[in-house]
Amino acid sequence: MQTELLPENFAQWFASRGWTPRAHQLDLLTKAKAGRSALLIAPTGGGKTLAGFLPSLVELSGNSAPRSKKLVSTGSHIRREGGLHTLYISPLKALAVDIARNLETPVREMKLPIRLETRTGDTPASKRQRQRRDPLDILLTTPEQLALLLASADAPFLFGSLRRVVLDELHSLVLSKRGDLLSLGMARLFQLAPQMTTVGLSATVAEPDELCRFLVPQPLEGQASADLVIAQAGAQPDVSMLDTQARLPWAGHSARHALQEIYGLIERHKTTLIFVNTRSQAEFTFQSLWGINDDNLAIALHHGSLDVAQRRKVEDAMSAGKLRAVVCTSSLDLGVDWGDVDLVINIGAPKGSSRLMQRVGRSNHRYDEPSKAVLVPANRFEVLECRAAIDAVAANAQDTPPLRTGALDVLCQHILGRAVGEPFHSDELFAEVRSAAPYASLTRTDFDDAVDFVATGGYALKAYERFAKIRQTKDGKWRVTHPRVAQRYRMNIGTIVEADMLKVRLMRSRRGGSKMIQRGGRVLGQVEEYFVEMLSVGDTFVFAGEILRYEALVGSEVYVSRSSDPDPKVPAYEGGKFPLSTYLAARVRGILADPAAWRALPDQVREWLEIQAWRSLLPPAGDLLVETFPRGGNHYLVCYPFEGRLAHQTLGMLLTRRLERAGLRPLGFVANEYALAVWGLRDLGLSIARQQLSLNDLFAEDMLGDDLEEWLAESALMKRTFRSCAIIAGLIERRFPGEEKSRRQVTMSTDLIYDVLRKHQPDHILLRAARADAATGLLDIKRLAEMLSRIQGRIVHKSLDHVSPLAVPVMLEIGRETVYGEASDTLLAEAADELVKEAMS
Amino acid sequence: MAKRTRNPEPLDSGSGANAPSRNDIEISSVPLIADPSGALYWPEHGILAVADLHLEKGSSYAARGQMLPPYDTAATLARLARLIAQYAPRAVIALGDSFHDRKGPARLLDGDRASLTALQRGRDWIWITGNHDPEPAENVGGVFQETMQVGALTFRHLPTGAAHEVCGHLHPVARVSHRGRAVRRRCFAADATRMVMPAFGAFTGGLNVRDAAFADLFGTLSFTAHMLGTDRLYAFSAKRCLAD
Repeated sequence: MQTELLPENFAQWFASRGWTPRAHQLDLLTKAKAGRSALLIAPTGGGKTLAGFLPSLVELSGNSAPRSKKLVSTGSHIRREGGLHTLYISPLKALAVDIARNLETPVREMKLPIRLETRTGDTPASKRQRQRRDPLDILLTTPEQLALLLASADAPFLFGSLRRVVLDELHSLVLSKRGDLLSLGMARLFQLAPQMTTVGLSATVAEPDELCRFLVPQPLEGQASADLVIAQAGAQPDVSMLDTQARLPWAGHSARHALQEIYGLIERHKTTLIFVNTRSQAEFTFQSLWGINDDNLAIALHHGSLDVAQRRKVEDAMSAGKLRAVVCTSSLDLGVDWGDVDLVINIGAPKGSSRLMQRVGRSNHRYDEPSKAVLVPANRFEVLECRAAIDAVAANAQDTPPLRTGALDVLCQHILGRAVGEPFHSDELFAEVRSAAPYASLTRTDFDDAVDFVATGGYALKAYERFAKIRQTKDGKWRVTHPRVAQRYRMNIGTIVEADMLKVRLMRSRRGGSKMIQRGGRVLGQVEEYFVEMLSVGDTFVFAGEILRYEALVGSEVYVSRSSDPDPKVPAYEGGKFPLSTYLAARVRGILADPAAWRALPDQVREWLEIQAWRSLLPPAGDLLVETFPRGGNHYLVCYPFEGRLAHQTLGMLLTRRLERAGLRPLGFVANEYALAVWGLRDLGLSIARQQLSLNDLFAEDMLGDDLEEWLAESALMKRTFRSCAIIAGLIERRFPGEEKSRRQVTMSTDLIYDVLRKHQPDHILLRAARADAATGLLDIKRLAEMLSRIQGRIVHKSLDHVSPLAVPVMLEIGRETVYGEASDTLLAEAADELVKEAMS
Repeated sequence: MAKRTRNPEPLDSGSGANAPSRNDIEISSVPLIADPSGALYWPEHGILAVADLHLEKGSSYAARGQMLPPYDTAATLARLARLIAQYAPRAVIALGDSFHDRKGPARLLDGDRASLTALQRGRDWIWITGNHDPEPAENVGGVFQETMQVGALTFRHLPTGAAHEVCGHLHPVARVSHRGRAVRRRCFAADATRMVMPAFGAFTGGLNVRDAAFADLFGTLSFTAHMLGTDRLYAFSAKRCLAD
């Protein structure tokens, strides 16, 4: 069997390394021979990448014909020959580079006649041109580069002979709009190279069938799927919860109480990866560990906002085995394999079972030894979540989200790219787009609206025909009207719209106390613009492992100096928040409702729940507990949906609107991952008791109608959502030839456009795209809707004399969290009135 | 993360019946009403002034390949129509940059041109020329002038720094922060004898009053930013406003 599949030189090469080909590697060879596309699900360390490339390497190894002759005269014209054989797409530039390096080893050692290179944003122009003129055998690149290559006249030549596409980390790619863009690019590739097959490489997911569909063109009727190959699972991971000796905090995310114990774990292991959920947590943990690092262990920091050069340095030191620990965020969820990690510590809530398993898999890439992980909950609720996650891992329960519905803004970008590449017929392109799994149920109306948007903006008022970017010519094909359109498309490609990021520069010291800011200075990384907007000059915050003082904003650069302030004034610098998965949320509710399950919890947590059961109650798993109680002159309503901070925030906005309309004068609200607290001047418990307020009405699903619409009109979160749709769809261009539009200008104008568009054409395609994003993004409306429907008629009210044990964590968030709301007029009034007071006293 | 606070009391409960409204501004001892929509009304002469309408900005971008919505002119004129209905002015002064570019007047959609004509009926309409629209245009009604002198005040587009001047051009916005949050709004920037009006157009952005242009104009930071709220103005000393 093996000898049939694996050529002699390959078998020898495997043997020379002391390896035997794994079953799934051979399976992929079989699939390739049969001309089948395949999805390989394998744990890290399972030789997944080699498995993905093996069929290509074997095919190309027989490729002895010299490929020198590229231009063939056919008499009437010149034909070019010899395009790409295999295309590899990775979500990370660094990963593509790393994989290329790893592939070079077998190619060199077996002396295979294979040319392979990477193509990323960093590839020099001359090399890119050469790659197009004289295609390689294997090209390793990213979804954005694929889109660029497809939008060129060379595309049919370059991809016409393509045999295979390898998609790495597919479970991650399909979660975002990059996955949508990739799916559309693949649909095009299948047109250009009908003979090609695909290989998807993925971690374990809840619904592998969805990924199997992603890999092959979908027929008009029914579904098509790639074959599924599941590698033998590695050893069951050893996941435990830190059994802390310290007192467990009621709230917060710092895990300050457990630092000494975490440090002890680092000391006892060779290399530890410490995952946290946000960049601020990463900064805090890194700082605190160094504060107690008496042995000067090499502990490093890694997160997405740090300067790339600095991140690369950490990654290199890690590969070289020079580090004892790295504190990191999801920036290291994917990517380069590090064999030497023998412990993963996850601080804070695990958020999801699949996410946790992928993180745990970062430790111990030797296949048959168990990975080891320790979970460190930072507060009492997180203990419940950690417990739920450990049970989920033991049951190997996956909770990856379902496959996306392809976004309309990405479709708009793709349509322009298609026109830039080569004129298209609407009917043909519609069929092609529908063959991409995320767009399989796209309606013709949405498609035509997208074409119309690309051409003239898609406005009901046909004012822009003469300015059209693409236009239908007599042959019925759409083509770009001007070469400039193509140039601008290329400059603005991509679906990653970061929150506006500003560079953070460490100021050079000032000469003689001069007040002038000297330009230049070391770049520490990037922060979100909205974070900087919160700061006043002189505020201190933690970033890049240091306490920094905000000095000035010059252009799009933040100037900071080092501060000796031991206590940074601005606590939170958020970033990278994932909501608690629906699956884990259900498990947590299950634990709460089942006193028998409390035995597995630490004593302090069990006592907490017992007192809650005695003072108030713990609801059955499907019910929503609502508590009301007075405190300090205010009246509180606390509920526990467990649907994540984003959904709770939206719920809070809508509930306060309703309470206000009911004359109950709410004053504010605060949300965390588990609960929502609303407060006001009126006794809500009394109103409920007197049947003036019905909780079933208050939490009725119709709040997602008019209340939501009204709020969306002014919501800053919605405007941010709209902005990224406008940029991706190409309404707003990030870059013009010869000028870089300042990001601040872009932000402002999209808000103005949102207001005008909402009033004059509320069903415009970009507003539809933004609403679709809001369902799952910053507003998480879909999750809220599911919750509201779940709890209908299942609300349990408990009127209390004072705060309940379960409410304490969310109550502690009041005043601690950054204020984030929409009522900016109120703020202005307060600021102005404060001045009046100052002036009059 | 979210916490919203509301002030349940009416905001102006403190002011007495005879106290001047917060929307009154005096320039060179001339009493004016600064409307929270960004327009200025002079009761004595029945003059309504608006600055930097930038009509047809959307189509101007579209002509260069960026298909911004073609609704900005309609939106701007609709807001102007509400003000005209409210104040019934004898004259309207558009303080320059009324059109985003020279070809703007020619691109006006028929419906918008008709709304404009309707607004002009029965009153004087003065188009002050600006840097975006330096030439008189046809088919937009009104008269074109570089400046307009009324009583003690001069209306012009570009600020010169001279006293007794009401101008536009700079699109002032101010930013203040309170309790860890910042608010950025359009504003009137004014001292005792000079005023820069906020831009009125639906698609107009702004320049922070802490930009050097304002300090140059007013000489110092001793001017006031009257920020536009939903139904009133909020005055802040320029010194208290934040840079962007």
